[in-house]
Amino acid sequence: MPEITYRQALRDGMTDELERDENVVIIGEEVAQFNGAYKVTEGLLAKFGPKRIVDAPISEAGFIGMGIGASMLGIRPVMELMFWSFAYVAWDQMINNAANVRYMSGGQINVPIVIRGPANGGTGVGATHSHTPENLVASTPGLKVVFPSTPYDAKGLIKTAIRDNDPVYVMESTILYNDTGAVPEEEYLIPLGKADIKREGTDISLIAHGPSVKECLKAAEILAEEHEINAEVVDIRSIRPLDEETIINSVKKTNRAVLVEENKPFCGVGAQVAYMIQYQAFDYLDAPIQRISAIDAPAIYSPPLEKKQLPKADAIVKKALEIC
Amino acid sequence: MTTTATPTKRRRKKPEKANLAKEAELASNRDLSDEDKIGFYDSMIRIRRFEERSLRVYQQGKIAGFLHLYIGQESIAVGSVSVMQENDHIITAYRDHGHGLAVGMTMNECMAELQGKATGCSKGKGGSMHYFATDKRFWGGHGIVGGQTPLGAGLAYALKYKGIKGCALCFLGDGAINQGAYHESLNLAALWDLPVVFVIENNGYSMGTSQERSSVHPKGGLAARAEAYNTNWANLNGESIFEIREGLTEAMNLAREKSKPSVVEIHTYRYQGHSVSDAQHKKYRTKEEIEDYRKNHDPVNLYRDYLIDSGILTAEKAKEIDNAAKTEADQSAKFAEESPFPAEEEILKDVYWEEDNPDQKVSEGRIFFND
Repeated sequence: MPEITYRQALRDGMTDELERDENVVIIGEEVAQFNGAYKVTEGLLAKFGPKRIVDAPISEAGFIGMGIGASMLGIRPVMELMFWSFAYVAWDQMINNAANVRYMSGGQINVPIVIRGPANGGTGVGATHSHTPENLVASTPGLKVVFPSTPYDAKGLIKTAIRDNDPVYVMESTILYNDTGAVPEEEYLIPLGKADIKREGTDISLIAHGPSVKECLKAAEILAEEHEINAEVVDIRSIRPLDEETIINSVKKTNRAVLVEENKPFCGVGAQVAYMIQYQAFDYLDAPIQRISAIDAPAIYSPPLEKKQLPKADAIVKKALEIC
Repeated sequence: MTTTATPTKRRRKKPEKANLAKEAELASNRDLSDEDKIGFYDSMIRIRRFEERSLRVYQQGKIAGFLHLYIGQESIAVGSVSVMQENDHIITAYRDHGHGLAVGMTMNECMAELQGKATGCSKGKGGSMHYFATDKRFWGGHGIVGGQTPLGAGLAYALKYKGIKGCALCFLGDGAINQGAYHESLNLAALWDLPVVFVIENNGYSMGTSQERSSVHPKGGLAARAEAYNTNWANLNGESIFEIREGLTEAMNLAREKSKPSVVEIHTYRYQGHSVSDAQHKKYRTKEEIEDYRKNHDPVNLYRDYLIDSGILTAEKAKEIDNAAKTEADQSAKFAEESPFPAEEEILKDVYWEEDNPDQKVSEGRIFFND
């Protein structure tokens, strides 16, 4: 199986779907001539031409709303946000229009749009560019949201997202774009709403999504080598729909859970997962559920402190040891 | 720095009095049959009587929330829809009853929607502000001021992408023209040559704030802002359905044939408040102003008078049409009243396409979180 980057996996997934379905069109800032602000769409303009790969002006409310309108007539736009932090200027379109028109029309409309881009901190760009709005999106019925953490998942999820008939918001991480991993050449799809056990273990469940999955895997190695604790790492992958079964089964096996995310703690994804675990697996818990999120302040610029603000392996180890 | 010599705070300019007999001879109207012309009257009076009836239903406490009435503006929806062709699409804001009825939605489904009944056009899930009839290429009914304008551009984008010679008619009020989404839509429409016509229904007040207090604009009015986007624009007089048809035909042909956007501003007036709950509407305008529009500029009455004066319709026949509209409105109120509310299970339906079409699922996992 060839090893490719997360970036290329996304590109390959989009390429497959552009070839398969002529209604798929990629629209975003710098996606065409500039080859993508993060080179995710590199080469697509040359391959598919300007009708399919469209440079948009810096006008998120306009072009994302336009994509939503086009999707109501059956176009399948894949909209790139240079950062998910920029979603807020298009929030009315993304939350009010994309999520609600199906409902308000009594099911007459569906909105097969994908909105994707990086949603992560840790890159020294300050508070305005470091938002992680997956919890906000997930709390909006009508929307789906996924956050792949590996190249394999990135390709499988972007393809499924494009084929989905509801709006799917795909969160990525600039920190993961250069990561490599094995990705099969033959076609595969990963259903939304399916978590993945990234490391099997027996003693504690580290449950995470996005870049935090990597930190959990590092933490699991430290726990194994230094503390003889065999941690299981559950990658949520899809936040809505949520694979409750995989998460619950893991906790029932290990009886301990640490929830890790770059979201802020208040009303973060972990809050929902923690509620779900205590409700469905209360009798299986041998210790309180632990949560680690970003430290509850706007993303700080100062690089050494920014590193501390986001959950890293050593902090995860510490939290795990508190309940093991 | 250049400065403008003229003041930027301008009052809304009243257009010249309409001359329906003259405007009936414009290119888009001269081939209309008497039957067509009577049909426009029928459509307009049906909207008016439906809305008057809905106001009574509202006052009886059977309609929740808002009720934004269109009374006074009927010529715009009817005139515009009358020049739509088979590949044209339409979208509007929350003052949407007129557009819904004009595209052919029934009074029954519209009245039932107001009352939140299962027989409503959106199964009681949308309400007054959110009418939809996609089979009639009517894409809403949108509640957020200006929020529908990018969607309108998107309908046009889809037509262009698919190589279909059609046009998207996107309505907005004068209160929407300061929203960023509208300006972004204008830029995209011009930049990408989208076949969209933005129709500003200028009734003079964004809720309770007069145009003078809300919007600076060039001499030509609100539509003239389109100059900045190299986009064609026009001002039309809402008193005259014929002028509306002529102006819209021109703009829509430009969209269909040349894939160029336009902005059309139509001078109009609403007699009721912004919404029914806005009972103090006389605070921001005078009684005399409302009376002047009712008496001298009403698009439905002026049109009826034109039909009678030109021998197309007798006064008796006009009354008959009017009475039929009242009866239909009464019956729709009865239909809505007798219709059931949606079943409680309906709350969780029509949220996700996939949940409604379980045979075609691509997702696993849990979508709803109710405990």
